Amino acid sequence: MSTLASLMKDEKKVGLVVLIIAALLPLVIRNSYILHLIILIMVWTVLGASWNLLGGYTGQVSFGHAAFFGVGAYTACLLHVKAGVSLWLGFIAAGVAGALISIPIGAICLRLRGPYFALSVLALAEVLRLIILHWKSFTEGAVGILLITPVISSRTGYYYLVLGIALLTLLTVSYILRRRMGYFFRAVREDEDAAEALGIFSTRYKLIALIISAFFTGVMGCFFANYTNYIDPYIVFSIGDVSIAMVLIVVLGGIGTFWGPVVGSVIVVLLSEGFRNYFAAASLLVYGALIILVIMFLPRGIVGSIQTRRSA
Amino acid sequence: MDLSILIQTIVSGILVGGLYALIAVGMTLIFGVMRIINLAHGEFLMVGMYTCFWLFKLWGVDPYLSIIISIPVLFLLGMLFQRFVIQPVIKANAPGENQILLTAGIGLVLANLALLLFSPNYYTVTTGYSTATVHLANISISLPLLWDFLISFGITGLLYLFIMKTDVGSSIRAVAQNPDAALLMGINTDRITVITFAIGCALVGAAGSLFMPIFYVFPAIGEIFTLKAFIVVVLGGMGSALGALVGGLTLGVVESIGAAYISMGLKDGLGFAIFVLVLIFKPSGLVGKTRF
Repeated sequence: MSTLASLMKDEKKVGLVVLIIAALLPLVIRNSYILHLIILIMVWTVLGASWNLLGGYTGQVSFGHAAFFGVGAYTACLLHVKAGVSLWLGFIAAGVAGALISIPIGAICLRLRGPYFALSVLALAEVLRLIILHWKSFTEGAVGILLITPVISSRTGYYYLVLGIALLTLLTVSYILRRRMGYFFRAVREDEDAAEALGIFSTRYKLIALIISAFFTGVMGCFFANYTNYIDPYIVFSIGDVSIAMVLIVVLGGIGTFWGPVVGSVIVVLLSEGFRNYFAAASLLVYGALIILVIMFLPRGIVGSIQTRRSA
Repeated sequence: MDLSILIQTIVSGILVGGLYALIAVGMTLIFGVMRIINLAHGEFLMVGMYTCFWLFKLWGVDPYLSIIISIPVLFLLGMLFQRFVIQPVIKANAPGENQILLTAGIGLVLANLALLLFSPNYYTVTTGYSTATVHLANISISLPLLWDFLISFGITGLLYLFIMKTDVGSSIRAVAQNPDAALLMGINTDRITVITFAIGCALVGAAGSLFMPIFYVFPAIGEIFTLKAFIVVVLGGMGSALGALVGGLTLGVVESIGAAYISMGLKDGLGFAIFVLVLIFKPSGLVGKTRF
């Protein structure tokens, strides 16, 4: 128990130092490419952390989180383009939309376990993509939506915005994990039947984890739309570039560990930028190879392996 | 006139469904024996399709003749992946999600290697009989599709005989029923899983060759067929070969009707919708749990 407490203290200290450095970074770094990379790392940290809450801590591996990312992005953009709603409000709307769409998806898929759950979410994400692709009168279909006036125009602005979202996500996750609910999540992951026997409504807690996870994924969808100015169904509902990439980041960093998504996104963003010049369109090759290597040699991910070594 | 369109639609759906069944039988076999969902299944199909394409392009090998080569090529590929990548992970007693992710990773690597080597272009083989049709009353049937259907059934039948009548086949069934008991009876379960995975891949190798005369190949095609195979397997019931047949034909007909009467672009959505409905209302599949 004392080691756990000291670890928590460690994590707090580490977190505070990282935060201070992060807040001061744009004053030092004037290179906008490097700033862009750090923004990407934080985008993936948020996505990884929200996936991890469901996949890592509650044990429900989803292959279709692009559903919430895409719905968030489209909600914010359509509200803005069709109804003139401010994109700042869009961030909240995107999160709420992601959370709302996760309820029927969860009601259908969470009754299933393991790979059935993973792939049925993927199937529903594809259904959503097809609907948005073909409902041209409302969503512009494959043409996509161009945001002429995104919320911010400066890179430093985006930096602080994503830093804020990342902070909010990580604090929320860490808060939940320290509450009763967080322990229920982990109980469901360890043994669903045993958790049920102890009076935990496993389906309810899986659904709560999914809703929170979908909320932050949706918010990130809105950030992504603003940051890139443009979305289309292939980009925001992509299986490889969104759904699988989220899984990869968490598996690489350490599934079910708090810092896993942070470490995972640093490595994945830097590596895929590094290899982009060599493989161009085939940059997912690096993802695939990484998944295989990590699972073969570091089955608990980087943070997970360090933690087991430390506790051993 | 309307009725003949409906019959036409159903017939071509059944023919395509036969090919879906051939792909799904491999996936269901692998699942039945190893409890692993092979998410690289479609990518192995893609390798089979490229094998067929390059044999045709470089040496003018007839797509149907290329089956003789694509089967052993995919058998070997499956053997290597199972022996050196998948088996070590299973033996390390990794959590279930790692095994799903592992095959997804293999799929990503294969798809992107193909992208790197062969460019994202669509390739097809054009043979004298690619567009040939036979007419039966008011219905016209694509000749290569008819051949594909018959050969698929032939291969599935041969597989059935192999599983039921040979020693290796009964070992495979034993491992599927209970790996520990099979091991105690002196069956080399490691060897059996390698053989099973290789057979599963060889089946999609054959399917790849059969697909080429009527379809086209590009690096990202695997993803689509992995999903279709999984849908078929779930429709029929995980681990059931008969289920894969029923599921394949069902998906073929549903897609065909969807494409003809609703919209070409939404036919895949219809497949997903049925998949989700089956998962909710009849999770054991249309045929139920019967293992070979």
